[in-house]
Amino acid sequence: MKKESTSKEISRRNFIKNLSSGVLGTGIILHTLPSCKEAVQEIPVAPPLEKNGLSTITLKVNHQWRTLQIEPQTTLVELLRDHLQLSGTKVTCSHGECGACTVLLDGKAVYSCHMLALDAHGKDVISIEGLMDGEKLHPLQEAFIENDGFQCGFCTPGQIMSAYALLLKHRRPNDKQIKEGMSGNLCRCAAYPKIAASVKAAARKM
Amino acid sequence: MARTTFIKAKTFFEDEQQETIAEVPVERIKSWEAGAKLKVVGKAVPRIDGYDKVSGTAQYTFDLTLPNMVYARVLRSKLPHATIRSIDTSHAEKLPGVLAVISQKNTPEIKWYGNSFLFDRHVRFAGDEVACIAAESESIAEKALALIKVEYQELPFVVDAGEAMKKNAPQLHSEGNIQGGKPFAYERGDVEKAFQEADAVIEETFRTQVAIHNPTEAHCSLVNWDGDKLLVYDSTQAVFNVRDGIANSLNIPASHVRVIKQYMGGAFGSKLVAGKYTVMAALLAKKIGRPVKISLDRREMNVAVGNRPDSVQQLKFAAKKDGTLLAMQHKSYGAAGAYPSGAGCSWPLRTIYQCPNVKVEEHTVYINAGPGRPMRAPGHVQGVFAMDSAIDELAEKINMDPLEFRLKNYAEKDQVFNIPYTSKRLKEAYEQGAKAIGWQRRNVIPGSSTGHHKRGIGMASQIWWGGGGPPAAANMKLNRDGSIQVLAGTQDLGTGTYTIIAQVASEVMEVPIENIQVIIGDTATTPYCPSSGGSTTAPSVTPAVRDAAEQMKQKLMDAAAAMLNKPVRDLTYSKGLVSARGDSKKLSISDIIRQLNERVLVTTGYREANPEGYMINSFGAQFAEVEVDTYTGKITVLKIVAAHDIGRVLNRLTLENQFEGGIMQGLSFALMEERIMDANTGLMTNTNLHDYKLPLITDTPQIEVIIVSETDPMISNTGVKGIGEPAIIPTAGAIANAVYNAIGVRLRELPMTPDRVLNALYA
Repeated sequence: MKKESTSKEISRRNFIKNLSSGVLGTGIILHTLPSCKEAVQEIPVAPPLEKNGLSTITLKVNHQWRTLQIEPQTTLVELLRDHLQLSGTKVTCSHGECGACTVLLDGKAVYSCHMLALDAHGKDVISIEGLMDGEKLHPLQEAFIENDGFQCGFCTPGQIMSAYALLLKHRRPNDKQIKEGMSGNLCRCAAYPKIAASVKAAARKM
Repeated sequence: MARTTFIKAKTFFEDEQQETIAEVPVERIKSWEAGAKLKVVGKAVPRIDGYDKVSGTAQYTFDLTLPNMVYARVLRSKLPHATIRSIDTSHAEKLPGVLAVISQKNTPEIKWYGNSFLFDRHVRFAGDEVACIAAESESIAEKALALIKVEYQELPFVVDAGEAMKKNAPQLHSEGNIQGGKPFAYERGDVEKAFQEADAVIEETFRTQVAIHNPTEAHCSLVNWDGDKLLVYDSTQAVFNVRDGIANSLNIPASHVRVIKQYMGGAFGSKLVAGKYTVMAALLAKKIGRPVKISLDRREMNVAVGNRPDSVQQLKFAAKKDGTLLAMQHKSYGAAGAYPSGAGCSWPLRTIYQCPNVKVEEHTVYINAGPGRPMRAPGHVQGVFAMDSAIDELAEKINMDPLEFRLKNYAEKDQVFNIPYTSKRLKEAYEQGAKAIGWQRRNVIPGSSTGHHKRGIGMASQIWWGGGGPPAAANMKLNRDGSIQVLAGTQDLGTGTYTIIAQVASEVMEVPIENIQVIIGDTATTPYCPSSGGSTTAPSVTPAVRDAAEQMKQKLMDAAAAMLNKPVRDLTYSKGLVSARGDSKKLSISDIIRQLNERVLVTTGYREANPEGYMINSFGAQFAEVEVDTYTGKITVLKIVAAHDIGRVLNRLTLENQFEGGIMQGLSFALMEERIMDANTGLMTNTNLHDYKLPLITDTPQIEVIIVSETDPMISNTGVKGIGEPAIIPTAGAIANAVYNAIGVRLRELPMTPDRVLNALYA
């Protein structure tokens, strides 16, 4: 017999919905949050094209517009990892259950293994690589080092992107908001107390 | 004079005592004393690999690619038990993009699991390997899997250890379903006589579930042949085990196999040996002459690469009215899965408390399910849950405080070998832990708090080995500019190995940690270190690093003596500078090396021998405070206090993190995780991370980590005991005892899910 989960007030799927109250539209500008620094570009008018079974899509990845030909079944994480060689975004479950593949899509945290790249057409994607300024870490990333917010590090890019989305929504999140905002990301090493501390410290820095 | 010698070394790895001939240094370096003013060791130094991990640039095996690389996928048996009549791979081979298919049809017999093969005609669980396909892409390989036609002769199956022990149960192996043909037995004293003489006896059965490691990075390898030499990138806890396993399977010299592991996404015991998938990738790569990458998916991770065996433990304990523990009897069985593994869980019971009469009989049972593998403190997690629950029950029966009962039966010596410990501070752990949780706040009468949110406090004890031992070696390379490389064939599973090695090197050489680079996990370049299991990495490797560094310091002094024309005894080394008595001139490391012909100075350090005639154990106690909602059956853990004796702390930050993580894994073992097997189909039903429940940040209680030890100078020059496994051992037992204290009803089966709580309360 299948058991009920004992302690999840927030389902992993609903947490994304909870994060979705129009971040970009609110005009919040955090100087250390690059996605908001730039002016919002016009969405390309052309829809995805189908040719020889391939679709052409245009999307912004880490502040740069890219046009790619992909198989229509390509997921967003496959586009990032396989087409753009951005291996910072990880895959653990492939089913939208763990959050390792979390990236920002128009300022909201999404599971990139769980959506088609086609659905990102015309949109603004930020992965862990997009937080960097060249070789320089983002203050949020620094906070994860200083507070040891990881162990093996495999889920860490996803954790950091969820934290980033959380901080876009709440500049000074309280403990409950941190737990809610980070509840879509599994860490099997269970570095959770240190992850919470990292997010808190980052909020103070940013 | 030789710097090293060879000795007979005894070490504990997981729950096996191993005896090896090991190379050790002739001279022991004096251990840093308690109270020694260390500058780097023991401090909360952020990880030196932190940048790679937070920037996304850390290259895990899962991320690696090679030019011209192809992908492999494994076809696994869909049936729990069958023999293969025929395999037709012709349709799969014709699919465009498919490059090669291997199965028992075209592969030499390669021994696996003792009496089985890499591809065996006899498949023993749903998930057993049947064939492997290499293709231009992972999706083509996946499509091709469906085109392989396998004709099976179905066999009757059994997926429950209790059923498998019955007469007429389907048999998996010729030796029968009891591994080794008979139970493991241990006995001291006379339990039967003690039961007669006792004032109080309890007899209860406890059950624990099968849990799955589920590391976030899947088991994966990338292999490439260069002529007859094989390069293997592997997500592993043991590069040398993998190298020797592959060399043995492929019948090639170990020198021709190079195994590299840089970053890995967790393991918890599931990545200690060479995987079938790695050998299959190597066979395919040889066939097609291209690099092959193989990564298991989450379903495969759940069914095929290890688990913590379950247990049914019948315990009978006896005590005198005054609280003297008289006897402990443990009869148990647990499922090894389809191949040899260890389901024993009586070790803590045999050693942790003073008890003259102990009898153990444990069966490891074959069933048609994925094979077990060591999982973070194998045996101890399930054993301590049952044992310390039963100890609480016995204490209650004689009206004694459970903590007082444990103190009354405190073991001053190892109970199995009758030898002293190098150190034991369990008493201090009890005292400080009890104080931190507020032990006096617990319900004197269990379940007596009013309302439907009932709170309770409980505790459990911990014992583990984790003293490490030889052989383990490390190289130090000192460059002209004073920068340092440390090389060791060990692994960092996320435990912080990189950082503690750098800390020890920085401490001895008195140079900033930023000047030290650590290179680990490469069988071609780094000297031998054991596999990272059994909480042995820090206690085995750091003394070797210190030995290498101390030798380097000596080398610099010797060179400076020659340069300054002074006897070495007149020289001192401080902060990377050598100075002579009565001479204001100071030579820096680079001053010295610049005058040498050698551009790089090299030393090799070794782990020293453990002291003869002593047991090395870590100890601890965890205290839990829980709240049980008696309407919904939901258990919320409010606080865990972990008070442990683990020798010297190397890094406060990573230590705390590892304790917190271990406690969370113990919490989820107590409350959530469970492999569900369907007895009708023989299949695991919860093979994904939605249905196999793991804890989230929302499940995290307040956690307080107290370290009661300062160092254990008898063990080694760094005085360290490992902490990976101690962290998880007592958590489930402490929670179970706290739940009893809250509701006054005992749950003897894990996980303590809401339905089990409600059944215990109302059924």
